[in-house]
Amino acid sequence: MKEPDNDLMVEVKNLKMYFPITRGLLKRKVADVKAVDDISFYIKKHETLGLVGESGCGKTTTGRCILRLYQPTSGNIIFAGKDISNMREGKLKPLRSNMGAIFQDPFGSLNPRQIAGSIVGDPLKVHDMATGSELDDRVAELFQMVGLDPTMKDRVPHEFSGGQRQRIGVARALACRPSLVICDEPISALDVSIQAQIINLLEELQEKMGLTYLFIAHDLAVVQHISERVAVMYLGRIVEITTSEELYENPLHPYTKALFSAIPIPNPKIEKTRTHIVLKGEVPSPVNPPTGCHFHPRCHMAVEECSRERPPLRDIGGGHLVACIRV
Amino acid sequence: MSVVLDVENLKTYFHTEYGLVKAVDGVSFHINQGEIIGLVGESGCGKSVSILSVMQLIQSPGEIVDGKIMFEGQDLLQYEANGPQMRATRGRKMTMIFQEPMTSLNPVITICRQMTEILELHLDMDRHTARERAIELLRMVGVPDAASRIDDYPHQFSGGMRQRVMIAMAISCNPMIIFADEPTTAVDVTTQAQLLELMKDLVTRINTSLVIVTHNLGVVARYAQRIYVMYAGRIVESGPAEDIFDNPQHPYTIGLLDSVPRLGEKHGSKKLIPIYGLPPNLINMPPTCAFLPRCTYKTEKCEKEPWPALRSTGDNHYISCYVDVRGKQ
Ligand SMILES: Nc1ncnc2c1ncn2[C@@H]1O[C@H](COP(=O)(O)OP(=O)(O)OP(=O)(O)O)[C@@H](O)[C@H]1O
Ligand SMILES: Nc1ncnc2c1ncn2[C@@H]1O[C@H](COP(=O)(O)OP(=O)(O)OP(=O)(O)O)[C@@H](O)[C@H]1O
Ligand SMILES: [Mg+2]
Ligand SMILES: [Mg+2]
Repeated sequence: MKEPDNDLMVEVKNLKMYFPITRGLLKRKVADVKAVDDISFYIKKHETLGLVGESGCGKTTTGRCILRLYQPTSGNIIFAGKDISNMREGKLKPLRSNMGAIFQDPFGSLNPRQIAGSIVGDPLKVHDMATGSELDDRVAELFQMVGLDPTMKDRVPHEFSGGQRQRIGVARALACRPSLVICDEPISALDVSIQAQIINLLEELQEKMGLTYLFIAHDLAVVQHISERVAVMYLGRIVEITTSEELYENPLHPYTKALFSAIPIPNPKIEKTRTHIVLKGEVPSPVNPPTGCHFHPRCHMAVEECSRERPPLRDIGGGHLVACIRV
Repeated sequence: MSVVLDVENLKTYFHTEYGLVKAVDGVSFHINQGEIIGLVGESGCGKSVSILSVMQLIQSPGEIVDGKIMFEGQDLLQYEANGPQMRATRGRKMTMIFQEPMTSLNPVITICRQMTEILELHLDMDRHTARERAIELLRMVGVPDAASRIDDYPHQFSGGMRQRVMIAMAISCNPMIIFADEPTTAVDVTTQAQLLELMKDLVTRINTSLVIVTHNLGVVARYAQRIYVMYAGRIVESGPAEDIFDNPQHPYTIGLLDSVPRLGEKHGSKKLIPIYGLPPNLINMPPTCAFLPRCTYKTEKCEKEPWPALRSTGDNHYISCYVDVRGKQ
């Protein structure tokens, strides 16, 4: 048997996450939402993997599967060398303290009646990692680490600004000194002028603590800025993975190209000379996805074969993976 | 180029239990015919209130306390907000597209009826003609199977399709000006590109002016010819789009441009430069420049003098700042 690869923080193999749609009193299953439809990727230790794609393509579901907040329909999730895909809650708990999560909505994800200090300290209590004055010290340290004044620890969330609330979320995620942090749209709800503060904070903390990030967002520019490698999802599947640079300089999947082209660049001169690919139609439903390549009905390069078989994610050299038979 | 709308020194305040919120505090801007304008600024800086004031859609506890809104040779503020003149202007000569179409489309009325109502009211069409025209409009904005889908209710449309309906309604009476308030914030980037391209084509075709309100600097760079940057209830910089991006001169605009990552920048090659501190709340604002607490260019003069008036720094380029930042960046 192959030794587990020690460079890897997370390895996801053929992950599927289907949500059943039920009808009637007997909750008869009538169909599945194929939120994640057989994806594989890895995240190296100390690396940031970006995950981009449009609303509903399965980014959050992927993150929640890794955190084992969902029991995957099938496939494997290997975290720090251990297969956790079917692990029971009791065995999972100690591993959980090694994973943190930051969510999109700094308003909704914090309990409005809980004071900031206990929001940040709670994970430490849950995992029996600190009590009493040790807990207080650690909370103060965490506040400082994310640039919050520890004297604000008795305030409740609405007494903080959006950016400060997101810092509380970051402090909570880091409380147990995790190795992996799932950042699910951590800046989308913030003002433009505040976003950079949080991005810089995440980068600094990663450097200081050797963190590994899965960074989920739909803003490709932000994802590229923070990630070494980027995976592009479309309708439950990964269509392309490569380094940030390569993805920008040499995007290969027609969907990646359209996505790049759709993002306006804050420079009118560049904008004037760019070609804009405008996609036709809308993203189909994950309940009834197109046959073959999920993107083929909207693809200008599609040929008959594209509607028949799912294109494999193949390496076209240098670790640049793309799922398209036309490239 | 003729000016279609000229707003002068507009002030709109809200009387709240916490105090007086000076949401829009002396805003002036104009719109030329056929022009695409970008109005940018952070959440709460007064973009929506400015637009709603022009349309006279401000409700209590809000109040337009000062200013002139010159349109077709008349000051709209001389008219009753709900009087006949405003009703003939609003929704006909000036229309609006909102961020979340579900809040402006009536959920219990069919798309058809919502569209024909406007056409009957403003253009005096009979029901049959209005229906035919509505179908034609839906086709123009790219709703597939328009003739059969027109009898659907809004919830049967996707977010992007609802926004297309909003666009169809906004152009239905050939308005002079369309205000699009964050028209694409709630949709995905590829849908955003579809909708913005569509709007651009339509306004060019019918020679209408378009004001795009957004906090996305990329969107204004791609579509706007002229830009107004707002901060804390005022315009702090305005000018031709290329000039604003090439040669930003207000410290806030400079800060905004430095704080967003650019597509294609190498990973790890550049640290973002955030704007420190927070946007002000608009109650009890000090008389000095509102950006002062966050400004890295401030001088002694800034601490003493009142909020600087707009001054020209070149061709059609204006800033409200005492400091000459050129050469200091
Ligand atoms: N618990 C659930 N039950 C049923 N369907 C679900 C559930 N969670 C997600 N889905 C569906 O799975 C698909 C993927 O959802 P997911 O939240 O992972 O998307 P996403 O890429 O994170 O989108 P967004 O950018 O909007 O956050 C969607 O169609 C969603 O409606
Ligand atoms: N009905 C109201 N009552 C009290 N204050 C209000 C009301 N409506 C708006 N305001 C205040 O007026 C200011 C300007 O609001 P406005 O909606 O114009 O902001 P905006 O620039 O459009 O922001 P966003 O980007 O979030 O839409 C804000 O500080 C807001 O809190
Ligand atoms: Mg999500
Ligand atoms: Mg607004």
